[in-house]
Amino acid sequence: MNEPTTGRGAPVLEVSDLNVTFRGGVKAVRGVSYRLDRGEILGIVGESGSGKSVTSLAVMGLLPEGAEISGSVKLHGRELIGAPEGELTRLRGKSIGMIFQDPLSAFTPVYTIGDQIAEAVRVHQKVGRDVAAERAVELLDLVGIPHPDERAKAFPHQFSGGMRQRAMIAMAIANDPDVLICDEPTTALDVTIQAQVLEVLKTAQRETGASIIMITHDLGVVAGLADRVLVMYAGKPVELGTVDEIYYRPRQPYTMGLLASIPRMDRPTERLIPIEGNPPSPAALPPGCPFAPRCPLKADACDDAEPELERIGTGGRMAACIRAHEIDLKDLRGADVYPVPEPPAGAVERGPREERETVLALDGLVRHYPLMKGAVFKRQVGTVHAVDGISFDVREGETLALVGESGCGKTTTLQQIMQLQAPQGGTVVVLGKDSAKLAKAERKALRRDLQIVFQDPMAALDSRMPVGDILAEPLRAHGHRDGKAVRSRVAELLTLVGLAPEHAERYPQHFSGGQRQRIGIARALALEPKLIVLDEPVSALDVSIQAGVINLLEDLKDRLGLSYLFVAHDLSVVRHIADRVAVMYLGKIAEIGEVDEVYGRPAHPYTRALLSAIPLPDPELERSRTRILLEGDLPSPADPPSGCRFRTRCPKRARLGAEEARRCAEEEPAVIRLAPAADHGAACHYPEDPEDPEGAGGPEDPEDTEAVAAPRP
Amino acid sequence: MRSKLVLKRMLRNPQARYGLLALALLLLLAYIGPLFGPHDWTEKDFLAFMEPPSGDHWWGTTQIGQDVYAVTLRGMQKSIIIGFLVALVSTGLAALVGATAGYLGGWADRALMWVTDLLLVLPSFLIIAIISPRLKGGSWLWFVVLLAVFSWMITSRMVRSMTLSLREREFVLAARYMGIPAWKIILRHVVPNISSLLIIDATLNVSAAIIGEAALSFFGFGIQPPDVSLGTLIADGSAKAIGYPWLFAFPAGLLVLLVLSVNLVGDGLRDALDPGSNQ
Amino acid sequence: MGVYLFRRLISNVLLVAIAASMAYFLAATSLNPRFKYEGRQPPVAEAVVDATLEQYNLNDKTPVFQRYVTWVSGVATGDLGRTWDGKPVNAELGRRVGVSLRLLFIGTLVGAAVGVSVGAYAAVKQYRISDRLIGVGAFVIMAIPVFVLATLLTIAAAGLNDALGFSLLEYTGEYNPALSGWDQVTSRLNHLILPTISLSLGQIAYYSRIQRNMMLDVLGQDFIRTARAKGLSRRDALFKHALRTSLVPVATYFAFSFGTMLTGAVFTEKIFGWHGMGAWLVESIQSHDVNSVAAVSLFAAVCVLFAGFLSDLIVSAIDPRVRVS
Repeated sequence: MNEPTTGRGAPVLEVSDLNVTFRGGVKAVRGVSYRLDRGEILGIVGESGSGKSVTSLAVMGLLPEGAEISGSVKLHGRELIGAPEGELTRLRGKSIGMIFQDPLSAFTPVYTIGDQIAEAVRVHQKVGRDVAAERAVELLDLVGIPHPDERAKAFPHQFSGGMRQRAMIAMAIANDPDVLICDEPTTALDVTIQAQVLEVLKTAQRETGASIIMITHDLGVVAGLADRVLVMYAGKPVELGTVDEIYYRPRQPYTMGLLASIPRMDRPTERLIPIEGNPPSPAALPPGCPFAPRCPLKADACDDAEPELERIGTGGRMAACIRAHEIDLKDLRGADVYPVPEPPAGAVERGPREERETVLALDGLVRHYPLMKGAVFKRQVGTVHAVDGISFDVREGETLALVGESGCGKTTTLQQIMQLQAPQGGTVVVLGKDSAKLAKAERKALRRDLQIVFQDPMAALDSRMPVGDILAEPLRAHGHRDGKAVRSRVAELLTLVGLAPEHAERYPQHFSGGQRQRIGIARALALEPKLIVLDEPVSALDVSIQAGVINLLEDLKDRLGLSYLFVAHDLSVVRHIADRVAVMYLGKIAEIGEVDEVYGRPAHPYTRALLSAIPLPDPELERSRTRILLEGDLPSPADPPSGCRFRTRCPKRARLGAEEARRCAEEEPAVIRLAPAADHGAACHYPEDPEDPEGAGGPEDPEDTEAVAAPRP
Repeated sequence: MRSKLVLKRMLRNPQARYGLLALALLLLLAYIGPLFGPHDWTEKDFLAFMEPPSGDHWWGTTQIGQDVYAVTLRGMQKSIIIGFLVALVSTGLAALVGATAGYLGGWADRALMWVTDLLLVLPSFLIIAIISPRLKGGSWLWFVVLLAVFSWMITSRMVRSMTLSLREREFVLAARYMGIPAWKIILRHVVPNISSLLIIDATLNVSAAIIGEAALSFFGFGIQPPDVSLGTLIADGSAKAIGYPWLFAFPAGLLVLLVLSVNLVGDGLRDALDPGSNQ
Repeated sequence: MGVYLFRRLISNVLLVAIAASMAYFLAATSLNPRFKYEGRQPPVAEAVVDATLEQYNLNDKTPVFQRYVTWVSGVATGDLGRTWDGKPVNAELGRRVGVSLRLLFIGTLVGAAVGVSVGAYAAVKQYRISDRLIGVGAFVIMAIPVFVLATLLTIAAAGLNDALGFSLLEYTGEYNPALSGWDQVTSRLNHLILPTISLSLGQIAYYSRIQRNMMLDVLGQDFIRTARAKGLSRRDALFKHALRTSLVPVATYFAFSFGTMLTGAVFTEKIFGWHGMGAWLVESIQSHDVNSVAAVSLFAAVCVLFAGFLSDLIVSAIDPRVRVS
């Protein structure tokens, strides 16, 4: 079952039959084997709980006490499992470097970044304090941190997320390691920052010649980066092969389903293909193949024994499925095997947009916060321009997606809508009622029609209440006193979102993430609202679960005639679910319009960069794509740039003349309709020519354009 | 279901097990013990002053011929009742004030926190010491109220800061966006979700109140004669501890055991209610 | 920053003023300094008592509000009034603060330093025998109230001195006034031993518990894993990264407790016969000394607020996350 080693040099790292069992008999990793050659990038892909991170911690010897490890990990032929702690300490950071997911908690808060990198140097090299400090500055420079000598003296909390991750990479490569283990290095970052950090990782590999293990749940990130990919499920490797083999010819049903369930930004489909069910708990694995209960190709023999990784065809490709050869022979795809859900029946054909009722209209909404600083001398040091005059509207039966990176103001916008109070500036009109002019009773009545679904399905449900009470709460709050009627409504709601009525007795902890999100949706539906605000409703869910929830949301919208305001950062999901999209940047709307228009012919340089930063689960496409890399971080919303807020990072500015560029700095662009399209506008003085995908378009004649900011109610 | 789980987790912890056992035994001793003693606590044996422990007077006698066994157990009853009552009142007050201030914010928060600060700044020992002897003839319940009024502030600040973060949690936001009134959210969502802190705090407040009562009584500022508590007995005993150790040893020993067992239970509860912490 | 500081100062001054006024009214209405002059042999004429009390602003025949106004105008100029027997409260306060500081300085430092070390050691040795012993020890010590502990210490010292036949350990007062020069210094040190133990033992137990818990919280955090991933041994990761970070909350607690301790060492001072602030707290009530009670309250309130301020300052000094840049 070990990987064939023929025809290659000695591996840098060789893991065979690695098993990790935690206290209480939880088998987190079961029989992982792989080899890593010099200069190679191996992607390890899996959903949460698949054991991918535990595998890498076991390789580092950093598992908490009480974890039992068996098997073998050989670094340059030297066995690490069972090696004395002193020897491992010498290897860590020297031969194997590691990059963790959350760079804020991964740095010690009380020491400067420079000191912490210098410490890594001094642990393994006999150099003086000043030499190590100099080396730290060099390393920071290498990973692209501006003014490295000054920034080295800063503390971790003074770095942005992207900068911290760069510093983390600098620390990991401080001693030229042979292996670099990256554990979800970009998961906590925004897409444009993720693109930067992935570039830095490539630079780091060029500089050190290290082999990289890239652990991620994001199939897009691995596609353009890895040479080979290992797919894990329930602590077990289920498929291994070159990146092209895995993405274009998956031979294990789980991999096939995973690839089929991802919404594709470049190829929108009518329906997403979910994998039914949930991953098994590592404490209670089913007999036989752990994927069998969810597998559309399940045969009786699947329950008999767990399949091991087996060679498929020629070359190094392996899959753990008793029907893998059959799949290979018939060349089956995920879409052939998994049932494609029916589109919702009875979708009403609605009239043209302009004739439909406006359920939500924002006009020039403003929300500023005071920026406080200091513990002893707490004082206001500025004003955060969280939302600075945005306008849009949502019509009946429509989904408007609000997208943008963290700090762009999308969450603030949503809170302002939900509060139903008078905003600091501008107006919020919900179902024709101005939030500033509501009496108390009116406000409460309006809440029936305006509901919300939150991002984190665990935090959104009070863990001390049974699901039945959670669903009954809005009903009781709005005057449903009859116990029997409430109970039957709760049962109805649970059925509506694909759960069973008897689930009302249980507590939220007893449900998986996807099921909890369904409960959250059921609660939002309880009062039969007209508009639902969805705050990143699927971003906390695994891909295979996500598809099912998205389908549910689409079905409900059509069946119940809902309108959605969908706040998200995942542009692939947005492309799939939304009718219109508004792109936000630093408290302003950069571009707004119909989804096909905005994605197909992005006019704002920011939208272009954003779309280009998204990694696609398509290795060939990824290799041939040229990315628009944005420079630097998002400017502080407390001190936004004058004129156009995007100008400091705008890739287009380089192509503008001095005169044109001055306009960007002096005049704030308004959202202007782009001539040929009916519903597409951008806030840019020099929007890209829609017909020219490379974006070489020049400035347009301003007289051709007119304002299309949200129509006044 | 949750309480069962907590109990199970607690009993797995040896410290908490011993603490519970010791507490149960001490409660039995305090309330059942006097029934088996040969003397009543009000009885005075004029034939035995300052007698060391013997068959008739198990733990010896006092200066005025009282049976130390009977008097000490009587004092322990009072100390236990005071401890539990003070803990109940002060934790309840802390929860109410802290959750209300944290949830409502704004003026209500500022006013309530100002009162909290004022009570923290007032020298509580001094004020109780001045007031309580002047409650002579009044009920000892006044003393409980005094102790409780000066012991809820720190907890209430903790409750407030937890409420501040709970207020932004999504399930509370969900309730607010549903149009549920503030007082209902505080009672249904906020207070139950800080119950771990409150239970632990209430337990530790029991021992703090027992010590507090004893400390005040030590100077004669607490329980007034003829009533007795462990504090008054220790105060009387400590002066004569060198020559007549039984006067000091029994009340002091029981006080230490009582506080120790309550603290062990509290620590066990902390581990059982908050599995993230240490164990 | 100036505005903030000013607002904080105003609100603190207000708090202190209200707290001290409440204490004054309470003391002035319920304590009875006249009682100290009554029943004397030979009896003192009522007119004389009245005149004396009037002079010290303690006469209960003067309306309480009027006495309060007199007291406040004194306090505003820095005069805390007279004790019941006519000594200036200011001098007494100064003397007693000195005594308390001499006693507490070593006690709190020893308590915190030893407690933190013991707690850190216990955290590193989590679940080993030494950790369990420290834990049990801390719990037992925390269950012993100071007045029991101090009494036990005096009993032990008396027993020891008896057995030895000479006074090895002193347990009353601050020093032996009969001695001078070096002898007095050693006498002072000798007199410090037992009260210091009595003060610091409880603190050692308490600090060891919080330090252990803080350290264990920190030990589970990602940055310890990072430190080890870059090649630090477990020991180095603990001492360089965990200990330093976990000191932040402990140091704040230390600052706060030192401030409140100044009037809090009531039992240690009373039992070991030190005439410090804590002892005064009890003595002023027992001697119906209204102005002293008010002075102690004022001082205690200032201490609490100052301690809060001090702990804020310390946090911002040692925690870069809140440092004012």
